[in-house]
Amino acid sequence: MTTLIRSIAVGAALFAAGAVMLGRAQAGSDEYFPPVSDPLTRQECGSCHMAFPAGLLPARSWQKMMGELDNHFGEDASVDAATAKQITTYLVAHAADTARGDMRRWLRGVSASAAPQRITELPKWVREHREVSPGDWTRKEVASKANCVACHVDAERGYFEDD
Amino acid sequence: MLTLIRMALLSAMALATTAQATPRDEVLAGYATQARADDAAFAGFSAARGEALHRERHSGGKPDSPSCTSCHGDNTRAAGRTPVGKAIDPVAVSAAPTRYTDAAKVEKWFRRNCREVLGRECSAREKGDWLTYMITQ
Repeated sequence: MTTLIRSIAVGAALFAAGAVMLGRAQAGSDEYFPPVSDPLTRQECGSCHMAFPAGLLPARSWQKMMGELDNHFGEDASVDAATAKQITTYLVAHAADTARGDMRRWLRGVSASAAPQRITELPKWVREHREVSPGDWTRKEVASKANCVACHVDAERGYFEDD
Repeated sequence: MLTLIRMALLSAMALATTAQATPRDEVLAGYATQARADDAAFAGFSAARGEALHRERHSGGKPDSPSCTSCHGDNTRAAGRTPVGKAIDPVAVSAAPTRYTDAAKVEKWFRRNCREVLGRECSAREKGDWLTYMITQ
């Protein structure tokens, strides 16, 4: 009987340890950003470019962006008011500075008063991509720095490891 | 057996589409109503005019997107590509059968894309012409 209890306890402990390690590997890693889970946000923000994970920008950045969709990096990306409200709610709730887990490291070097709009101009992003040669960015299949999946093949699932 | 079921399903679907107006027909009918209201002489949509609108280079919009084909490509049955590199489903109905069945979505993309390419909104006749062309593709 005690043997049974002991093996159950050991099994549970191992499972818990594994779950914690997996959780750390995801939340604490610079390479995992939970993909957009809201279908409306995924659809509306994923038509022209990949639906970038909300954890890639702070809440204030998303709020500013969602208020200026008629001129979204030079494009008209406006949506109706109800859609905009739902998307904003999702993005703010999952932003780098509000999401669970330690995503704030991603914002290192960003002033608290700034609301950066381009993910590719965040100091951490620039640092993580410093080894990419200029020639790679201009390759035809890459097209732009917004095309994560050109190099990070699992980006749509949240994995941005080096490839 | 599977083939048989598939054939039965396909013929059932074919019957269903001929028997009643599809959501896409309704989208097109909406543009026809508007086109008639805009111009009493409106005499129906034209796939040829739609193709011209799709392929011509326009000058009123953005320099990097003078034509629908700038992003959608020359082949209506092949995938296009957005300026930042994401693939766009083909525009031809034969290649993307679920397209143009949601009126609000169709309007949203005409509004955005006509501004990008033409520098103005498209008329109901232009929208209907373009859709008619894609339905024939």
